[in-house]
Amino acid sequence: MIKVIVNKKLCKGCELCTDACPLKIMVLGDVLNNNGYNYATQKDQDKCTGCMRCALMCPESAIEIYK
Amino acid sequence: MKNIYKKSSIISENAFCPGCLHGVASKLIAEVLEELQIHQKAICVLPVGCGTLNMESLKLDRVVAAHGRAPAVATGLKRSLPDNIVFTYQGDGDLASIGLAEIIHAANRGENITVIFVNNSIYGMTGGQLAPTTLVQQQSTTSKFGRNTSTMGYPIKMAEIITQLESPTLVARQSLDSPRNIIAAKKIIRRAFENQMNHKGFSFVELLSNCPTNWKMKPIDSLDWMRSNVIPYFELGILKDVEGGK
Amino acid sequence: MSQLFMKGNEAIAESAVRAGCEFFAGYPITPQNEIPEYLSWRLDEVGGVFVQGESEVAAVNMIYGASCAGKRVMTSTSGPGLSLKAEGISYLAASRLPAVIVDVARTGAGLGQIKPGQNDYWFVKSPGHGGFKTIVLAPHTVQEAVDLTYMAFDLADRDLAPVIVLADGVIGAMMEAVTLPPFKDTYPDKTSWILNGAENRESRIISSVTNDLNKLESFHVYQKELYESWGRKDVMVESFMASDAEYIIAAYGTSARIAKTAIRILREKGIKIGLIRPITIVPFPYEAFEDLPYNNVKGILVTELCIPSQMIDDIQLGVLKRIPVHTFGRGGGFIFSPEDIIDELNKVFSLED
Repeated sequence: MIKVIVNKKLCKGCELCTDACPLKIMVLGDVLNNNGYNYATQKDQDKCTGCMRCALMCPESAIEIYK
Repeated sequence: MKNIYKKSSIISENAFCPGCLHGVASKLIAEVLEELQIHQKAICVLPVGCGTLNMESLKLDRVVAAHGRAPAVATGLKRSLPDNIVFTYQGDGDLASIGLAEIIHAANRGENITVIFVNNSIYGMTGGQLAPTTLVQQQSTTSKFGRNTSTMGYPIKMAEIITQLESPTLVARQSLDSPRNIIAAKKIIRRAFENQMNHKGFSFVELLSNCPTNWKMKPIDSLDWMRSNVIPYFELGILKDVEGGK
Repeated sequence: MSQLFMKGNEAIAESAVRAGCEFFAGYPITPQNEIPEYLSWRLDEVGGVFVQGESEVAAVNMIYGASCAGKRVMTSTSGPGLSLKAEGISYLAASRLPAVIVDVARTGAGLGQIKPGQNDYWFVKSPGHGGFKTIVLAPHTVQEAVDLTYMAFDLADRDLAPVIVLADGVIGAMMEAVTLPPFKDTYPDKTSWILNGAENRESRIISSVTNDLNKLESFHVYQKELYESWGRKDVMVESFMASDAEYIIAAYGTSARIAKTAIRILREKGIKIGLIRPITIVPFPYEAFEDLPYNNVKGILVTELCIPSQMIDDIQLGVLKRIPVHTFGRGGGFIFSPEDIIDELNKVFSLED
């Protein structure tokens, strides 16, 4: 079981994680954080393999992963 | 559940633009220092430029050097505190333009410091001017029609230049454009700090980065630009890795 | 106390060592070369660090770094190098970092000449951008150069600020008998602010930039109060045969020595003339000129090894044109003689008619 948690306060909606995710299951949500950014979120959580590429790519250290 | 990836405790919210890889460079340093348990001995010499923004987010002892002078400030610090870990964090304007003499001579003296050189081929903080590492034909606010080599010369390959000097013991260039390269970058950053811990002298790590704001690209597109234009010109890898030591 | 016959530059260097200088970074420039040359071997003997930087710009930033670490630091140069160090000195002042900067002045702007001169007076009063001041100490003998360099380290540590010792090529090159001060053994505790790794304490930052504009402005207010405090308690001035004088020579450094000889010659002829010699260029001894007995003093001659005169600006702030103030100087590295001064006095004040 993999849990990918995006810290919505830190996310700046830059989409780098969406590019890094090989399964394209990291996407920008349609909810704004308090800085006005659409923060990233994971869809189809069960597909996630825990490869950590999204977290590696994130310039804000906004993504934490639990396995 | 085990936490297999978490934010380093010595870095807080950064002030870089969305999608700027300065954020990755800075977090890698924080992660490495924490993993090596040397963050409490570390002193960071910050540049003038986007890198200065780390003054708010890196929880280490920091000093903001004058533009281009970080290697000289680091020399004074390291010579005075040989048991501390002293490193500079510099951009291409700071290191390859105004601070070129300082970096060359700190390297040539073999100061036992670590230099992290974030090369995004543009002046970021000041709004996108031509930098020493701006690519041929690349546009900037001071090369509106693209970098004209007959009047503006060619992008400077700093890692190769530093490699020519006798004293440096570790010189490498990595890119931050993809998770795979980020892993490779973290490995070489760790090697560089281990070199300093083991008194192996001057280590230099050039990290290719992006500048969505001043390249006028979406962050994702800036990664593609790096892969098709920047990385082919600035070759990746370890250029020098010798057993130095003092 | 034994006396040594020492060259000015080397005496300044040894004085720094006795004041506890732990880190020196320098760069070759005539007429101060003996200072880095001397310290390049001497500092090793006392466990200090010497670095020859690749430029004066690098050297001043090296002492910036060492000062961040809490070390007592010094650099030395001459006019052209001081121009290159202006940025660094501004950063030292704005970062509240103690440092001693020795300027062994030479003649002329630009490359000028390696001959001595007093051309840096205006520049050292605020040697860098942003509107800051440094204390400036101006010796006129090798002994005084030793004493003022020694004092400069204490003032720097007291105020956490850069301090300038303004000598010149004559003082640097000349040999005189000196009594060297003892090695200092007590130093102020800097552990509360220096950078030495955030171990068991919060991390610290030393910087001349801040995003907190209120903090920046309160620092500027602090600078104002610091400079005013210098005026109240740090002024040093020598009055030489001036109490009953009808004519005053105003001079500092080497030109003051020459003026003293002229004064002795004239005094033997019964002419009442004296010298007022600023020892601190900053804070300038305005009161020494404000409080002259104007019912008795008829005129002032400012003698300087530069053309045009620079110190006259400050003297006029004291004299306020109550009596004539004339200037006499030599440029090009020439040094006037006592007789030259006497001729000038006769020309402008017809003293000996």
